[in-house]
Amino acid sequence: MNVDKELDARGLNCPLPILKTKKSLADMASGQVLRIVSTDCGSVKDMAAFASQTGNELVSQSEENGEYIFFMKKK
Amino acid sequence: MKKMAIIASKGTLDMAYPPFILASTAAALGFDVQVFFTFYGLTLLRKDLSGVKVSPLANPAMPMPVPMPVMVQMLPGMESMATMMMKDMIKKKGVASLEELRSLCLEAEVKFVACQMTVDLFEFKKEEFIDNVEFGGAATFLSFAGEANVSLFI
Repeated sequence: MNVDKELDARGLNCPLPILKTKKSLADMASGQVLRIVSTDCGSVKDMAAFASQTGNELVSQSEENGEYIFFMKKK
Repeated sequence: MKKMAIIASKGTLDMAYPPFILASTAAALGFDVQVFFTFYGLTLLRKDLSGVKVSPLANPAMPMPVPMPVMVQMLPGMESMATMMMKDMIKKKGVASLEELRSLCLEAEVKFVACQMTVDLFEFKKEEFIDNVEFGGAATFLSFAGEANVSLFI
């Protein structure tokens, strides 16, 4: 997948991964993709909630070695 | 646009987190957010938050390294010790500091309203508070909360 921007949210706890995601998306263009890496297992549900509330698209999410990787496409 | 109204009435470190966490997150989700600070909650608007503490006293749920009788918990210095311990945990677990969450709220245009009656009652000085604080009363809160989707008393 084409990634336009990366966000390293490793080590951060609720609600920081969501707040940083929001901030990162702010200066991106519609249709661009943000890749987020988080170690907070709570962010799995929270990212989905963030996407459904804000209209940004959570294109995919996966887990690798205790890290959660999200691809968020800006609305 | 969805709206969230919060009353923040507590001034301890543990009870300071919920209003700031929910306000900043709601703002990130696109809510219009207003927090009304009243009684002890007003201390959360002070420029200096170092006086915000947590007490182990009368708080049996607070995790302590060793079980501690109430008679010990009430000794001088125990409150500072418990506060230091909790701040240490907060840092280790990657939880934001209160200062950080508060400034994230302001950045996201969360509106802070200070209860004018409590300011008078406790003789707070307006200079003690951060900028970006408005002063109002119960009617101010209710005019916003009346149209809110979420209203919380914390």
